[in-house]
Amino acid sequence: METLERIIAEHPFFADLEPAYTALLTGCASNVRFSPGTYIFREGQEANHFYLLRSGKIALETLTGRSSPITVETLEEGDVLGWSWLVPPYVCNFHARALQETRAIALDGKCLRGKCEQNHDLGYEFLKRFAQIMVRRLHATRFQLLDVYAAR
Amino acid sequence: MTAMAAIDTISPAQDPRLPEPYVVKRVDQDTPDTFSLTLHPEGSVKPIPFRPGQFSMLWVFGVGELPISISGDASEPNKLVYTVRSVGKATHALVSRGAGDQVGVRGPFGVGWPMETARGRDVVIVAGGIGLAPLRPVIYEVLGNREQYGRLVILYGARSPRDVIYRKELSAWARQRETQVLTTVDYGGLSWHGHVGVVTTLFRYARLHPSRSIAMICGPEIMMRFVTRELETLGLNRDDIYVSMERNMKCGEGFCGHCQYGAHFICKDGPVFPYQKIRPLLDKYEL
Repeated sequence: METLERIIAEHPFFADLEPAYTALLTGCASNVRFSPGTYIFREGQEANHFYLLRSGKIALETLTGRSSPITVETLEEGDVLGWSWLVPPYVCNFHARALQETRAIALDGKCLRGKCEQNHDLGYEFLKRFAQIMVRRLHATRFQLLDVYAAR
Repeated sequence: MTAMAAIDTISPAQDPRLPEPYVVKRVDQDTPDTFSLTLHPEGSVKPIPFRPGQFSMLWVFGVGELPISISGDASEPNKLVYTVRSVGKATHALVSRGAGDQVGVRGPFGVGWPMETARGRDVVIVAGGIGLAPLRPVIYEVLGNREQYGRLVILYGARSPRDVIYRKELSAWARQRETQVLTTVDYGGLSWHGHVGVVTTLFRYARLHPSRSIAMICGPEIMMRFVTRELETLGLNRDDIYVSMERNMKCGEGFCGHCQYGAHFICKDGPVFPYQKIRPLLDKYEL
C-alpha cells in the first residue's frame, strides 16, 4: 500500500525534496477524492489548502457576468492546485470544480505556513517551487490575454 | 545532407501566372466562420501534385486572389482541399462558393514541411487556430506511411470550443497507434470537458523525446514564438524546429516583393522555414 509520504515524495512538484521536509509535509497531508461536479473551493473563500493532483481533472472557473462561468484553465495529474494559501490575504481567486473523478493529496496551508515561519529553509524551498508555478501561469495568462486566434 | 537541403519543392507544371479552372465539389463547415472547400480539376486540367505545407493562389473571379495553404492529402492530388476562415471580402466570397462553382487555382507554391528529414523520427506538430490546416497534410502523410516515422504528437490550441477545426479527425487521430493528440482551448464553457489553457500548457502532458523529435509549428506568429521558446526549454535542437510563416503573398514566385521577410520571400523561400534560419527576424518589428 502506498503511504502518504511516498505519494508526496513521488509527486513531480516535490521532486528531490529532502526526506526530512517530506516527513514534515506528511503531517499536514490527507488523501482526498472529488466526484465530478464537486466544487473544491470557490472564489472569495478563505484559502487554507492546496492539492497535489494524482488523477482526474479540475477546472478553474470564474464568473464573467454571463449566465455561466468560464473555465480559464484545467489541471490534471501531476499538477498543483492552489497557491492563494501562501500569499495574504489567503483568499481563493477562482472556483475549482472537479470535471472527472479526481484523487489528490490535500495539504493544510495554515499548518504549513506555521512550519515555514519556524523553519525558513523549508519556507524558501516552498517559495522556490511555488514561484515556478506562478511564473508559468503568469506567462500563460499573458499569452491568453493576447487572444492570438481572434480575427484581426 | 543538411536539414535545409532536404526540403523539397514542386514547381507548377503549368505557367504559374495562369490560373487553372477547378470546380468546387463540396464545402464543409468546420466552425461558424471556417470552411473546407474540396476542388476538382475541371475538364482536361491535369491534377497538381503538391507537398505538405505548400500553398495555392485561389482566384474568386471578379473578387480577387488569395494565398491559401493546401489542407488535403498529398496522396490524392486530384482533390485539392483548402480550409479558409472568412475574415474579409475575398475570403467571404471564397467560402460562399457552392458545389459546381468555379475557382481558379495557381500553384502549388513554396517550400513544404521537411518530410524527408522527418523520416525515422518522432514528429511533433504544434498548431494554433486555423494553423492546423497547413499541417493536416503532414498528419495524413505520417499516418499513411506509419512505418516510416516515429511517434506522432499533435498539440492543438484554439480560441474556444466552437473554434476547434477538424474535431472528428482529431478524435480519430487520437485512436491511431503511436499517436498522442492533445487539444486545448484558451477559454472553455461548462460543456467543454477537455483541456483549457494556452497551447504551451499542453507540453506538460505531452510524451516527448526531444533528442529524436522534429517539430513543425503553424499558427499566429506570437504563438509560434511562445512555442519555440518552450520547445527549446524542453531540449529540442533549434535545427529540428520548423515554422510556417504568413505574409501577403501575391505573385507566388518571389517577383513582386509583397511577402518579403528580411532577405527572404515567404512565397518562394517559405512558407515553411527552419526556425534557426529566421529566428533573428521573429523579434524584429514591422517585418
